[in-house]
Amino acid sequence: MPKAQVTFQDIGVTVTVPAGTRLIEVSEKVGAGITYGCREGECCTCLTKIVSGHEHLAAPSVLESQVLKDNLAPRHHRLACQAQILGGTIVVKPA
Amino acid sequence: MPATADRADAVEVARGVHWIGAFDPDLRSFDIILRTANGTSYNAYAVRGDAGVAVIDTVKAGFGARFFHRLEAVADYDEISTVVLNHLEPDHSGALPELLRRAPRAQLYVSHQARPMLKGLFDPEEFAGRITGVGTGDTVDLGGRRLEFFNTPYLHWPDTQCTWLEDEGLLFTGDFLGCHYCDTRLFNDAVGDFRFSFDYYYAHIMRPFRAHVRTALDLIEPLLLRTIAPAHGPVLREDPRDYVRRYRALSESGLHRTQVKTLAIFYISAYGATRRMAEAIAAGAESAAGDTESLTGGVRVSLYDIEGSEPHPFVDLIEEADALIFGSPTINGDAVKPVWDLLSSLTMVDVKGKLGAAFGSYGWSGEAVPMIEDRLRRLKLRVPVQGVKARLAPTPDEFLACHELGREIALHLLGRAEARVIDMASLA
Repeated sequence: MPKAQVTFQDIGVTVTVPAGTRLIEVSEKVGAGITYGCREGECCTCLTKIVSGHEHLAAPSVLESQVLKDNLAPRHHRLACQAQILGGTIVVKPA
Repeated sequence: MPATADRADAVEVARGVHWIGAFDPDLRSFDIILRTANGTSYNAYAVRGDAGVAVIDTVKAGFGARFFHRLEAVADYDEISTVVLNHLEPDHSGALPELLRRAPRAQLYVSHQARPMLKGLFDPEEFAGRITGVGTGDTVDLGGRRLEFFNTPYLHWPDTQCTWLEDEGLLFTGDFLGCHYCDTRLFNDAVGDFRFSFDYYYAHIMRPFRAHVRTALDLIEPLLLRTIAPAHGPVLREDPRDYVRRYRALSESGLHRTQVKTLAIFYISAYGATRRMAEAIAAGAESAAGDTESLTGGVRVSLYDIEGSEPHPFVDLIEEADALIFGSPTINGDAVKPVWDLLSSLTMVDVKGKLGAAFGSYGWSGEAVPMIEDRLRRLKLRVPVQGVKARLAPTPDEFLACHELGREIALHLLGRAEARVIDMASLA
């Protein structure tokens, strides 16, 4: 299975994950500072800055895009509960 | 006039500005979390310009009749060109849909953050094309005077904003700078002593957002304020800056500012095992700071036995600490009640992003540690180091693990923690 590496910059932890993993599945397990509310892509609590490697995340769904727009999210920010890791190397931190 | 009597009329608060809200003197509990010994008021205002009337905020559902009665005393519905909602919570938006129906010319102005939340209040299709999102610097012309908006989010919802009427030096602040205090004499120089209510309201509503309070004060302090018109409690026309200064004082750090990071360890112990684990964690944390005599640039480590205090003073300490470690024995498969009492008190302060960890002794299964860790994550702390459990009396290896836990957390505080690379399969 293809692997990816995601680094949680705020706690200095890099995790090797299988492709297809969502950020939420990893960040909670390692205790990173990304915080969650609804976990369903509605509340925008888990807004996360993709420091590098945004191209290695699956494109946002229509729902996620709308929530990002409604909440005036800056460029290269994603909802950690929705963003799916495809491969490569990604660095993230709480927005 | 007795302070609890309803006052039937609209009240002029400045030139062409009327209070048109409602009094709720019998309320004794607000939003479940606040006691309201004096009831409260739902303040709404009407601002008259040459080209139209603006309504700022509405009232709680059930108080609409009084609100509309007062509004009708100062304006016709077809004169209303503008409705501003500084905050969408139901006690301010209860009469909004009906107001928009009665005032067909009115355009609704809310913060950008509020727009997606409106669908929780009514079907936005009913008012399609009549809703405008605004941010800091946006204005609405009323003819000869204008309203200006300040985006002040998280006071205490994401949607909150303030609205400024410059020609009168009048700031409509929503919940910010308000309080639950019902007195029909309305103005701060006429009502009873509401200082306690003002501070109590800050402590329960604004304190968890104190960083956002300071950001909002940065926007507000340069204004030439003559009156503050909040959405609850007295209108602040006498020495309004006193209240701004009070918020500034309340929202600043309560301790001396130093370059020292602070680690607070809270524990409770039945037979002394969890206590000795706490001491080992403290020793580990101190070892990370090095041998220097001064704490400057280091970590100040404090140990507290939860049994020794009510939660409230600990909450003050926790608000100021950079890292928090909680220790609890496991009894009947759970952390013990005093620990939960403390952890359930932390919604009053901002703990987001602080470092957290857990530890504790147990007899059979040791659920307390992962349960506390889960609670810390839900409180939005970072929990970068796995907690330590010890069965009954800790072994030397378990004391060593405690020492390492303290050292790791201290190194994180000092920015000296080593970067780690791990495989997801190794995570529990």
